[in-house]
Amino acid sequence: MKKRLLVLLVAVAMIAVPLAACGGGGGDSSSAEKQLVVQVGPNPETLDPALNSAVDGANTILHLFEGLLVVDENSQLAPGQAESWETSDDGLTWTFHLRDGLKWSDGSDLTANDFVYSWKRIADPELAAPYLDTVLNPIKGYNPDGTNPDDLAITAPDDKTVVVELNAPCTYFGSLAAFATMMPVQQATIEANGDAWATSPDTYVSNGPFYMTEWEQGSHITVSKNPNYWNADAIKLDSIKFMLIEDPNAAYSAYQNGEVDFIKDVPTEEIPSLEGNDEFHVDPIIGTYYLNLNCNLDQFKDAKVRKALSLAIDRNYVANTIMQGTYTPAGNFIGPGWVDPAGGEFMDKANGGKPYIDNDNFEANLAEAKKLMEEAGYPNGEGFPEIVYSTNDSGYHKAVAEYLQQAWGELGLSVKVDIVEWASFTPMRRNGEYETARNGWVGDYDDPSNMIELLYSTNGNNDGKYNNPEFDAQIDISRSTLDLNERSAALHKAEDILMEDAGCIPVAYYNDFYLQSSKISGMWHSPYGYWYFMYADITE
Amino acid sequence: MAKYLLKRVLLALVTIWAVATITFVLMNMVPGGPFLSEKAISPAATAALEAKYGLDKPFSERYITYLKDACHGDFGLSLKQRGRTVTSIITTKFPVSARVGGVAVLVSLLLGVPLGVVAAYKRGTAVDSTLSVLATLGIAVPSFVICTVLMYFFGVKLGWLPTLGLTTPKHYIMPVFALAAYPTSYITRLMRSSMLDVLGQDYMRTARAKGLSQKVSLFKHALRNAILPVITYLGPMIAYTLVGSFIVEKIFTIPGLGGEFIKAINGRDYTMIMGTTIFLAVFMVIMLLIVDIIYTIVDPRIKLK
Repeated sequence: MKKRLLVLLVAVAMIAVPLAACGGGGGDSSSAEKQLVVQVGPNPETLDPALNSAVDGANTILHLFEGLLVVDENSQLAPGQAESWETSDDGLTWTFHLRDGLKWSDGSDLTANDFVYSWKRIADPELAAPYLDTVLNPIKGYNPDGTNPDDLAITAPDDKTVVVELNAPCTYFGSLAAFATMMPVQQATIEANGDAWATSPDTYVSNGPFYMTEWEQGSHITVSKNPNYWNADAIKLDSIKFMLIEDPNAAYSAYQNGEVDFIKDVPTEEIPSLEGNDEFHVDPIIGTYYLNLNCNLDQFKDAKVRKALSLAIDRNYVANTIMQGTYTPAGNFIGPGWVDPAGGEFMDKANGGKPYIDNDNFEANLAEAKKLMEEAGYPNGEGFPEIVYSTNDSGYHKAVAEYLQQAWGELGLSVKVDIVEWASFTPMRRNGEYETARNGWVGDYDDPSNMIELLYSTNGNNDGKYNNPEFDAQIDISRSTLDLNERSAALHKAEDILMEDAGCIPVAYYNDFYLQSSKISGMWHSPYGYWYFMYADITE
Repeated sequence: MAKYLLKRVLLALVTIWAVATITFVLMNMVPGGPFLSEKAISPAATAALEAKYGLDKPFSERYITYLKDACHGDFGLSLKQRGRTVTSIITTKFPVSARVGGVAVLVSLLLGVPLGVVAAYKRGTAVDSTLSVLATLGIAVPSFVICTVLMYFFGVKLGWLPTLGLTTPKHYIMPVFALAAYPTSYITRLMRSSMLDVLGQDYMRTARAKGLSQKVSLFKHALRNAILPVITYLGPMIAYTLVGSFIVEKIFTIPGLGGEFIKAINGRDYTMIMGTTIFLAVFMVIMLLIVDIIYTIVDPRIKLK
């Protein structure tokens, strides 16, 4: 009997050990502290600025770090860690002058050399930063086949000056200097802790308005006011708690309960009930939802067919009804918010100020589409092979796919929808192993090249395999010219060619839609898809 | 007993090796990879990443390296969560899942066993049919429905219970209910039918004839025999409940391990897929072993050889 008891005890202990190991759990601290509680996304995969490639990660990073420049409430570049900056006459040298007495959150001094270190670090092959090309491409010494960090023309003539030499004039380099990837990181903590430096508040040193005080995996990240920040006096919040909620319904419940003051992920099925609600906001971001037709396939080689498929889509219906007004109908590829190199909004000067596709005249578009199909040799769609439309299943993608079956059905075409799991969808599209597919792009910075170059024949994101030497020639001009007007003209001409060719089919422009409690004041949203809470205040 | 244990441990190692190998092969057959995103990463960056994590090596070499490291307890770095090891992710997240899951296991045992006994004892009465309807509901209704309904009424409409996280005992109520619904119902039904079986046995009649009270005969003699199927079920049930549920954790924003299983697969985080699968396999094997040991205690007729 004794032996049996012992065995029983051992057995119970084996079950109980994992349970016993997990007592505790902290309580909520809700004193007089002024804390803003927000949801901008799930648990970030990384908060190392150089490694991050996610929008929600970047949004958190922007509160923890500050670059040389920042984006202000009017979406304009403003001084950040740099007090002033200037460009040489040839546009090839950018000089940034740092503020006096800059410090890291641990109290140590921050100098121009920290920027040199941080920017060169992005090129380190050991680090394998995903945004390497986007941010370093304009800098002299960059090599697309692998850059030696020491070759990059980034220097610090003294502790307060950062000088960058470029390959070609890059009007948007200022935007890059405010981009999350380009934040300064502290060499000391990285060398002491390796990749793990960015995983724990103890080793996470930053230089922004806030510093990390807590990161409970999958639950929340708390950032507290950084007393060492140069503009700390202007910061009214004591802390911001980023709730790492993954499920939009959970986020919505928490918002309704008052557990969260702001949510980015609003469940789409709630949108009809939110119309007219002052706390529900829809703000544009620079990005376009578009379709790819695989131009390697014979049936899509004829521009007439591609154009017909484009014109047969009632974009007003798609954006306003299917997507419940959370998207805006697109008449161009480059939508609102992109900046023309020659000044002003790019879209205002495209196609003589008119949209390429007149969405208010759908009947005429459809008639034109039918005519084009006839000219291409497929009257009423006769003889055209069945179209397979591939998409992943999230957001409105499936509803759009079903609409396309009907819309292209009007041309006498039959469409089969192929739902593909996300991780398989991306490589399939990139390798051109599809017929037609959904696609989308949100700008990293507001220069139109960031978007239009997606269609350049050798671009890694040219999923439609569009290849028109005339288009490529215009892009080449835009890349090499020193004259901003010429650059602007070339980019516009490229879009003209693209739209005439229907090299891809723009459908709608992206918006961010979110819920924000009326007690929050002083925050703003930028067209890059970020929210700026640092100067916010809460009024009860 | 010692010989038996040794045999079982050896067998367990073979099982775990098989699970690891099958997972490794299947995982590598699925299209896609860990370093894909909507925006194409340059070939140079992709190559650097693959070299960093050894994904540029041939399949067989990666497999052997993996097994070697795993034998030393090194499950590598997560490919998606930079700077974190698979072991650190599992050890920080498993306790969270185990806390909610542990409570759910206790609740389902403490409710399921007595309810099953009562249902069997009151066979054919209104109590029995009510319990039977409830148990069927608990088994048939999927957990995401339970979660959503609970969340809607108690979290949002009435505002009685918090909907996020696991900070206070109140936070446990909804997730535990959602997690325990199925096992409680299952145990109730299991207990009822096996109890009915036992109640019809000769020795039960003998016990009553000897003058033992209803209570003693039911809870001492019958329960001990009737509980065997529940113990069988308990092994895998505890393993699955403690490692966490993707759905419940997602809906109530519980930072547990359940979500990691699915996220690892969706993100093709190879090292995490291997880590979580092996962890579950080891846990499962241990639970089954414990179940076997408990058998011998509850039913001395069973001998481990």
